[in-house]
Parts: sequence; C-alpha cells; structure tokens
Amino acid sequence: MDLVTILDIAIGGLLMGGIYALLAMGLSLQYGVARVLNIAHGEFIMLGAFATYTLYTAFGINPLLTLAIVGPIIFIIGFLLHRTLFTRLRISSPSPGAFESRSLLATFGILFIIQNLALIGWGANLRAYSYLNFGVNLGGAIFTANRLVSLGFAIGIGLAFYIFLVRTRMGKAIRAAAQDPATASLMGVNINRVLAICFGLGAVMAGFAGTLLSMRVPINPAMGMNYTIIAIIVIVLGGLGSIPGSFIGGFILGIIGTVVTYIEPSLSLAAYYFIFMLLLLVRPKGILGK
Amino acid sequence: MDITALTSRRFLVPGLITLTVLATLPLYGSLYTVILITTILMYIILAVSWVIFSGPTGYMSLASAAFFGVGIYTAAVLMPNTGQLLPLPVVVAIAGLISGLLAVLVGALTLRLRGIYFAIFTFGLVEIIKQVLLYWEFEVTHTRGRFVVLVDNDTVFYIMLGIFVALMLTVYFIRRSKFGLALQSIGENEEAAAHTGINVTMVKVITFGISAIFMGAAGAIMATRWTYIDPYIAFNPLFSFMPVLMAIFGGMGQLYGPVIGAAIFAYLQETLQTTFPYYYMLIFGIVLVVAILYLPNGIVGLIQKLIQRWRKGGSAEQNANT
Amino acid sequence: MQILEGEGVTKYFGGLAAVSKVDFHVDQGEIAGLIGPNGAGKTTLFNLISAALVPKPGTIRFKGEKITGLKPHKICRLGLARTFQEVKIFSNMTVLENVLLGSLFGCSTGMSSADASREAEELLEFVGLSAVRTTPAKDLTLVNQKRIEVARALATKPELLMLDELMAGLNPAEVAQAMELVTRIRDKGITIFMIEHVMKAIMSVCDRIMVLHHGEKIAEGTPQEIAISKKVVEVYLGE
Repeated sequence: MDLVTILDIAIGGLLMGGIYALLAMGLSLQYGVARVLNIAHGEFIMLGAFATYTLYTAFGINPLLTLAIVGPIIFIIGFLLHRTLFTRLRISSPSPGAFESRSLLATFGILFIIQNLALIGWGANLRAYSYLNFGVNLGGAIFTANRLVSLGFAIGIGLAFYIFLVRTRMGKAIRAAAQDPATASLMGVNINRVLAICFGLGAVMAGFAGTLLSMRVPINPAMGMNYTIIAIIVIVLGGLGSIPGSFIGGFILGIIGTVVTYIEPSLSLAAYYFIFMLLLLVRPKGILGK
Repeated sequence: MDITALTSRRFLVPGLITLTVLATLPLYGSLYTVILITTILMYIILAVSWVIFSGPTGYMSLASAAFFGVGIYTAAVLMPNTGQLLPLPVVVAIAGLISGLLAVLVGALTLRLRGIYFAIFTFGLVEIIKQVLLYWEFEVTHTRGRFVVLVDNDTVFYIMLGIFVALMLTVYFIRRSKFGLALQSIGENEEAAAHTGINVTMVKVITFGISAIFMGAAGAIMATRWTYIDPYIAFNPLFSFMPVLMAIFGGMGQLYGPVIGAAIFAYLQETLQTTFPYYYMLIFGIVLVVAILYLPNGIVGLIQKLIQRWRKGGSAEQNANT
Repeated sequence: MQILEGEGVTKYFGGLAAVSKVDFHVDQGEIAGLIGPNGAGKTTLFNLISAALVPKPGTIRFKGEKITGLKPHKICRLGLARTFQEVKIFSNMTVLENVLLGSLFGCSTGMSSADASREAEELLEFVGLSAVRTTPAKDLTLVNQKRIEVARALATKPELLMLDELMAGLNPAEVAQAMELVTRIRDKGITIFMIEHVMKAIMSVCDRIMVLHHGEKIAEGTPQEIAISKKVVEVYLGE
C-alpha cells in the first residue's frame, strides 16, 4: 500500500465521517434528550436531499443556500411532530421504558408515511445533479470539490451546534432536560417545549446531512433506511445520547467503512453491522462510555 | 386452574368450528380465497409467535424477519426447482428447527441486553444475515436469488394450517404448564423470579427458540408459494415490523388480539398492495401511529372497554327503571 | 456449625466501596441480625450473598461449599432464600400462584404439581393468607404482600432465610405479628439472617447481631453487647 492510497483512504474516511457525524448528532439529540429512537431519522435526510434537489434543478438555487430554506421547514415539521405525537405518548406512557418502545414503533409509522408520500410525489427513480463536480488534488489523491465542501459544512454545523449547546440558555435547558427531566421542569424549564425543540433540531441536522449528501450521491425516496442504520450504529459506537461521542463515532465509522470498502466493497454494510453487534455485546455503553 | 378449564371449554367449540370451516375451505372456496387465507394465516403465525416471547418478557424483538427468512432460505436450499431433496413436511420441520436453533444461539448471547439495545440488536441481525447472503451470492455462488419447487396451493394451505394449529396448541399448553407460569413470573418481576429458583435465562432462551420455530416453518412454506426468492425478499424488515404492529393493533392482553390484528392487516395488504402499493404503505403508517396513540390495548382492549361501558349503561338503565 | 460464612467480601460501585472486606458468618439454627445506618451496605451484602451481585474480591460459602459465581436460581435451589426490602411480588398472579412458583422451582428435587400445590396451601396457612389465596397479589396490603414474599421464600425449602427489612413500614401490631412469624420460622429449623431497622424487634428476636457502617463491619455480638458498644452508639448518634 503506497502513501497516496493511505491518504486516499484516510481523507475519504473523513469525508464520509463528516456526514455520519452530522446525522448521528441529530439522532443522538433525539434519543439522548427526547428519548425517541427515531427510525424515521433517515427520512428527514431524504427530505433534505429532495428539497435541495428540487430547489436546485427547478429554481436554480445554489445547493448550499438551500440549507437556509431546508433548515426552518424541517425544524417546524419535527417540532410539530413532537408536540402532537410524542408529547402525548410521553404523558400517556406508564413508564419511560414503555415510552421508548411505543415511540420507537410510532417512528416506524412516520417512516412509512414520509417515505410513501415521497414515492407518490417524486417516484422511485434515482436522481442526481451535478454541482462543484471537479477534482481537487490533495497530496496525490484526488477528491471532488463537492465532497470537500460538504465536509467543511458538516464540521462547521457540528461545531456551531456544540457551541449552541454549551453556551446558550436554550442549550443549557436542553442539557438539564437530558440529565433529569423532572428536576429540569421544577427549575422552570418548559420541558415539553425543550423536548420538541430537541426533536426539531435533530431533524434539522438530518435534513442538513441530506442536503450535503445530495451534492455527491444519487438520491431516491428509499435512501433513508441505510442512513438511519448508520446513525444508530454511530450513536451506539459513541455511547447512546453523547453528542461529542456521536461526532467522534461518526468519523471512526467513516474511516472503518472506507477501509472495508477498499478491501472488499460488497462487504461494507455487513462490516458495519458486524462492528455494531460486536460492540453491543462487548461494550453496550459505547467506546466513550464508562 | 378452574379458570383455565373454563376458558378452554369456552374456546373449544368455536375453535373446532373455525378449524372445520378452514379445513374444508379448498372444497368450496375459490383459489383466490385459499391463497388469501394462506397469507392471513402466515401473518397470524408471525404475530402470535412474536407475542409468545415478547408479550410476557417485555423484550421487543425485531428478529422475526431473520427467523422467517432463514426458513425461506432453508426451503430454497433443500427444494430447488432443479430437484427436490426432501419431502415438503420434512423441509418445513427442518426450517423450523434451524430457525429455533439460531434463536437459541442469539438469545443466549443477547438476552442480557435490555430495552432498546435488544430491539436494535435483533434488527441488526436481520440486516447482517441479509448482507452476508448477498455477499455469498455475489462473490461465491455468482447467483442472484434462487428458484424453489412449485407446490400446489391446497398443499401450501394445509401445511400453513397445520403450523397454525400446532402453534395454537403450543400456546395453550405453555399457558397451562409449569413453564408458562415461570415465563409469566419473569414478565412480572424478573429479579424475584430468579431468586425463587427459576432459571430465567433458560426460560427466556427456550421461549425465544419456540417462537422462532414457527416463524421458520412459516417461512419455508411461503418460499414454495413465491417460487423465486433472494435476500431482499427473504429478509425484508417488514416481516419484523408487521408482527409487532399487528399484535399491538389487535391487543396483546388476550391471545385472540394478535390473531384479529393480523387478520385485518393481512387482508388489507392483500387487497390494497397490488393495486396501490404506496398508498397501502402510507395507510399502514397512519394506522400504526393512530393505533399507538389511541389504542394502547389494541382493538380487543377497545371492544372490551365498549362492552363494559355498554353493560354499565345497561345496568344503570335497569336501576333507573326499578 | 456455620451454615454461611463470608471472607473478605468486597464490592465497589464506581470508585466507592459499598461493602469492604467484610468477614461474617451465620450459625446453623440461629437468628442473626444485620444492622447499620442507611447506606451502610446491608442490602448490598444481601445481594452479594444471594448472587444478585458478585463480590470482587471475596468468597462466600454456604454449608461449607463456595457459592460465589453461581447464578441466583442455583443459590436458591441450594437452600438459601431471600425477601426484598421493596416487595417484589408477581403482581398480576394470585397469592397462591406466587407461592406455588417457589414450590415448583425452588428446590433441587423435583416435585409433582399436586404436592407443590398442597405445600403452597400449607404455607399460606402458616403465614395467615389462606383467605385471600385467589386474590391477585397486587390487591393486597403491604403487610400481606410481605407475607407473600416470606411464604414464597419458604416454599423453596430453604435452610437459611434472609429477610431484608421485613418490618419496615408496618404498624406496631403488625411488627409484633412479624416478630412472632420470625420465631415460628426458626422453630421449623430454618436459620434466619435479617436486616432490620426496627430496633426493638431486632434486639428481642436475634441471637447475635452484626453492625455495618460505611461498608465495614464495626461490631458483632449478642444484642446486650451491641446495645452497650461504644462504637455502635457513636455511629447511630453521629448519624
């Protein structure tokens, strides 16, 4: 293996990992704070991807600018979904465990609804557009510009979000709610609102990941499931509910995936599952968990 | 004890009538009806098998598609269209056993995972088997999918009915047995059960195995109806979700809850799926969300509530009259 | 003869020692008491003995045989039964079924279901619950739920019975009944090891008492000795 190949794999892994990190952070927020393991997470990725695709191909809006349109729309969808559905489930469930399994099933329902609405609207064909599709030479290895740009945006969005969590009042309320919802609500945190905001923000992260993905891979309405599974693997890898864990876990999985793909492309998904199941058995609290 | 005897007698006559109606179906029913009922029975088997394990223990297994799919592939290997290796009932039994063994193995490894972790793991199991098979077919055998011997519809129907009856009898005997009592106690309080001398791991693993046997058997016989299968068809995650939805939709408090839920959904699927596939899945999703929100005890729970209210209303009227 | 003995039994939670290097024993036929302030590690020690937790390091012997590392159901079948501080009953099952489970699964020698039912009925009589045998366990009062636990534990035919705060939450009349029940169990030839906060009860019932504080055994002796032990008095006053 020569240096260029190693560089190729390493940077390729980072490029993939950035997107993984973004979608895992969103899911981690939804599960870690709102306790909803959102199986429809990938559907928000798909929605983001299709929104960008449609805005770019039909109206010629720059894909990167569509982030500003995709974000608010998906936030509202996620927020309302939590206010109408999950808030009700949370109140009516006899135990936190019951809420987790009921909300998990409800997200399957949402998955079917969103995916099939998209199939009715956009059809089942693969779609793609070309944007920033030229090669950039990095130390001998060549990458398309759109992949590099999307990595930059993924890291930027991830960091911005992290600063939001650590520095702002709402971020503090979110972290309080994640630690102990009952106490947080006693301290004057409007818990239902905070959880809905978390769910909405989680969906936005997925939507952004979708926008960035649409610049580099072909999309179709059934694309979501694989990304949901990857996001689940990453958050288990990083420790369920840990935001920094998800971020790091995303890059780790990205690199592992690129290595496996280099050795045997048809085994990459199987390798993800294998790592994931092994991890669940050996270290169910994640690599960063205590 | 008295209660069990009473319920068994209450269900014996309707049960026998249903069985007679079903057993004679090919004599008077159309081909379409026979195929439809076969599919409905398949879903009932999946839903009830799922409830056998997940109902009392509270573990949410999403591995149904794995056990079902292993049954399908077993049949495909043992009865390819190039020449059947073993008689059909033997194949069905072997498929059940292999799925059961897989469940015992997986259960022994994973039943210490609780809650959401177990659900994720079992879901991963379906996908990993699918991916490995895809790799195997792509790289080793250089094939895509397999063809299975065509079996006539009546035979498929009777074998499915046989699996269904065997499942119902198994459930009945488990509920009446010492084993069933132990299983129930684990659902009520696992820690107390362990300290009362019950080998909780063993009981859970065996139950998981039993439930998988029926899923595998149902998969094997379905393979002969589909005649062409590949990893995507055999390990379709929908076969993990459908049983859960059907059981919850029907209501898990009573055994006939999942039966009713499965029957309704399987019927809807068979009638809608071919003509409006996207709309069917859309409706499926909406019903799933609505059922989880508004029917925590399923249709059976709703009916019981209505009957109660009706009875209360009735007795109140009587009181007013006297 | 010592029916139960522990050597250097230790359990850490995170960096904190919940139980630290405790040596203890229970003699055949006695009623041994275990006391100490809240958080002293009493229930943790019970959990270690009944294998809900595994000591690290340390060994526990029952009837001379090492039992550390065995599964809870094995320990139960060897003849070591327990009750719980917070009642753990099978709520939706009847009182009789709760006890029946103990008879059916609790002993190493198999038993026909007819024998098991007869035995369960006898034990319900023994603890005074015959009248409610077909009631779902969840519908009983706390004191009666605790009796279910005792009967269920007895149904496993134990040689040693561990009672974790049997009397907590009971009124004085119920405490008196519980004390009487404990001595009747001992009269059946069953050794008892009990955690208790109700001082009057433990002082009058026990033959010997051990005191835990911050996970360490700080005193051991007859109730009279414990009552005048400077160390013990300090611990309780200092609380």
